[in-house]
Amino acid sequence: MIEQYLLSGVTTGAIYALVALGFTIIYNASHVINFAQGEFVMIGGMASAAFFEAGIPLPAAVALSIATATLVGVLLEKLAVGPAREASVVTLIIITIGASILLRGLATLVWDKKIHRVPAFSGETPIALGGATLLPQVLWVLGVSAVAVALLAWFFRRTLTGKAILAVSHNRLAARLMGISVRRVLAVSFGLSAALGALAGVLIAPIAFTSWDVGVMLGLKGFAAAILGGLGSSAGAVLGGLALGLIEALGAGYLSSAYKDVFAFLIIVAALVFLPNGLLGRRAAERV
Amino acid sequence: MASSAGARPSASRTPLLALAILIAALPLALPNNYTYEIAILVGLNAIVCVGLNLLIGYAGQISLGHAGFFGLGAYGSAILAARGGWPASISIPVSLIGVALLAWAIGRPILRLKGHALAMATLGFGIIVSIVLATEDRYTGGPDGMAVPPLASFISGEKTWYWIVAAALIAAVWLARNLIESPRGRALRALHGSEVAAGALGIDAAAHKLSAFVISALFAAAAGALSAHYAGFITPGKASFLHSIELVTMVVFGGMASTFGAVVGAAVLTTLPQLLTVFKEYEMVLLGAVMMLTMIFMPRGLVPTLERAFAAARQISR
Amino acid sequence: MLLRARSLDKRFGGVAALEAVDVAFERGAVHAVIGPNGAGKTTLINLLSGIYRPDSGSISFQNQDLTGKPPHEFAAAGISRTFQNLQVFFNMTVLENVMTGRWLHERCSLACALLRLPSLARAERACREAAAALLDTVGLARWADARADNLPYGALKRLEIARALAAEPRLLLLDEPAAGLNPSETREIDELIRRTAARGVTVVLVEHNMKLVMEVSQHVIVLDYGRKLAEGEPRAVSRDPRVIEAYLGAEACST
Repeated sequence: MIEQYLLSGVTTGAIYALVALGFTIIYNASHVINFAQGEFVMIGGMASAAFFEAGIPLPAAVALSIATATLVGVLLEKLAVGPAREASVVTLIIITIGASILLRGLATLVWDKKIHRVPAFSGETPIALGGATLLPQVLWVLGVSAVAVALLAWFFRRTLTGKAILAVSHNRLAARLMGISVRRVLAVSFGLSAALGALAGVLIAPIAFTSWDVGVMLGLKGFAAAILGGLGSSAGAVLGGLALGLIEALGAGYLSSAYKDVFAFLIIVAALVFLPNGLLGRRAAERV
Repeated sequence: MASSAGARPSASRTPLLALAILIAALPLALPNNYTYEIAILVGLNAIVCVGLNLLIGYAGQISLGHAGFFGLGAYGSAILAARGGWPASISIPVSLIGVALLAWAIGRPILRLKGHALAMATLGFGIIVSIVLATEDRYTGGPDGMAVPPLASFISGEKTWYWIVAAALIAAVWLARNLIESPRGRALRALHGSEVAAGALGIDAAAHKLSAFVISALFAAAAGALSAHYAGFITPGKASFLHSIELVTMVVFGGMASTFGAVVGAAVLTTLPQLLTVFKEYEMVLLGAVMMLTMIFMPRGLVPTLERAFAAARQISR
Repeated sequence: MLLRARSLDKRFGGVAALEAVDVAFERGAVHAVIGPNGAGKTTLINLLSGIYRPDSGSISFQNQDLTGKPPHEFAAAGISRTFQNLQVFFNMTVLENVMTGRWLHERCSLACALLRLPSLARAERACREAAAALLDTVGLARWADARADNLPYGALKRLEIARALAAEPRLLLLDEPAAGLNPSETREIDELIRRTAARGVTVVLVEHNMKLVMEVSQHVIVLDYGRKLAEGEPRAVSRDPRVIEAYLGAEACST
């Protein structure tokens, strides 16, 4: 039985990791907690369902939905977060909360309030692995997430844009003085986070279905995972996501599915009390 | 600029008086029970926001789980009254004492956290409360909620409740303003301004944050208890994450570090969705758009922005 | 002996900011702590005001053991300080900043605050007057009702001193009070320090400005790389070859 829980935990954990990475990237670039992150996940799932139902083959539908979400992310930065750049962090958070409400409202208008299905990428026949059975979609989730994380690491370390994003996250003024366009970095960060969120939505939609408000809880869990791992640390986001997924799955399996979230949040709060900067967060010392 | 040693205390009584007059005169403009209901809802939200503003705007902390205290205050009194048969005059104070103790107990460890970690810890608290309230149906009636006995047999009807909530709101604003204008209020603002310097002046940061946390939890719980007895019903949704976010939004929208801003924020963001229901399916889109636009163009919140506009206008007209 | 600290150690990660440092400050004098950048001067001040906990060693003030206590207990014992990187309360007016400094002398219980008891109005008036008087002594009286973030840098440094003095400390720690000030502003700080010491407050000064240190202090401690290098009267210390070497390099000694 435990293999089943572990597998299920790692699967949801991979999704949480992708969402958490989205939070981390935006936070690093702009110090904003983007409460609309969950809505990108929702757009990924709902848009691919809609495109597919309109007759577009699945691979193209998936690609289009990720592109749509990316566009929404960039627009969010350009129209909402960017203009309010000088405002306090709390104000920016409220703006993203407003954006999440707006996006959910748009989703009910453009699509509907029903639950939608997206077909699995490569069929529904369960595979037996060790003591567990898994859907092929789970392999897609794990595989694609791993590739995405690896690509991100390469992007941040090896490409100029990636390094520019890192520079802005460390010291915005210095980056600007080096000729880096902070506006462009912010736009790329939001677009990238949106793409990651949409990817997560697309991967999980065949398993967990999708609807207009699926982003609320997923966004919340992604945020929790990012904080657990250490806000600002990409490795922390991945670690936090996997940890949260596993804690939830084990809680659901051994305690009760009603209290799996209580269990997970209790552990997160306890972890924060002992490690205020998260598992991998840096201890920032205040100079006085 | 001349030093105005004695000028301030009386100046602060005017806004409270203005609020009292407004509240007393408002019923003249309320045509039917539905509008009274909205006014009562505004008042209840305002009570929570005034307390939450002490924590967020003055002490500079954050809570994304305050609806949890609202729900606990509500259910505490509801369960004692409905299942225990206690009269509301006892069930409400007992419920509040329970919430105060709980807030004190969880505040001590989590207020050591700062920023996002604190946001997450309070968020976690709120979610845990809402799940427990929805799951323990033997006591709470589960996700469908439970019925709540009235405050007293002779208290019923929107008009009576309007005055009860009005009195509670005036009391809440009075208490909050007193705290803010006192040395303890300065201590809170000092903590917000520079925790390190405040400590160096002998201000015990942990103790003051905790007291702001507990006081704001009590305001939320009181509003929750009143709302439960008013509606005659309570559901776990009142303790939800979304409700917590709504409350924070009201405080920020109205203007942080402004008690009247908290009242205004509650008023606008409680009535706005009601007004927008005429737009039916466009309600969410419009609400989200309004929130975004106001925060983009009035980043300090409604009341501080208006205050500045008035001050600037007065300067120009001189 | 007003303040005695024995064998203070403080490490950050692998770096030893202070190693086995002993300091003793007598009542009624102006003491200075000097040393090149990175010597550990601010770390020492942070330890003596409770902001850092020493990894080992002890701190005793007026025969009270303060080791490991939180900063507000150091303040309650009678130690006040200013900060190298200004920690002014920018969300308040200038007067309110100094009034906050009176916290330890204004007993205000929660009930008293919430219910606005009559005794509070009297206490607040007294607090306001005491704060206004202090602003007068540092020359900031005309800015009393201005928001703190409207003041120029030099005025803010004086505001921090006024705020620290509002607590009526026995020991005042000043962390680079003259940093970033022009000569005439520095002279004002010099004056302020003298007047404060004349009123019986023991002052410990961390400074780079040697002229100020020589003129105003009676006892100088030199730190270098986290250790105490030399100690004594200003004139003697300034001629100590080890001190000259630490500041100017070995070549300066041979010339």
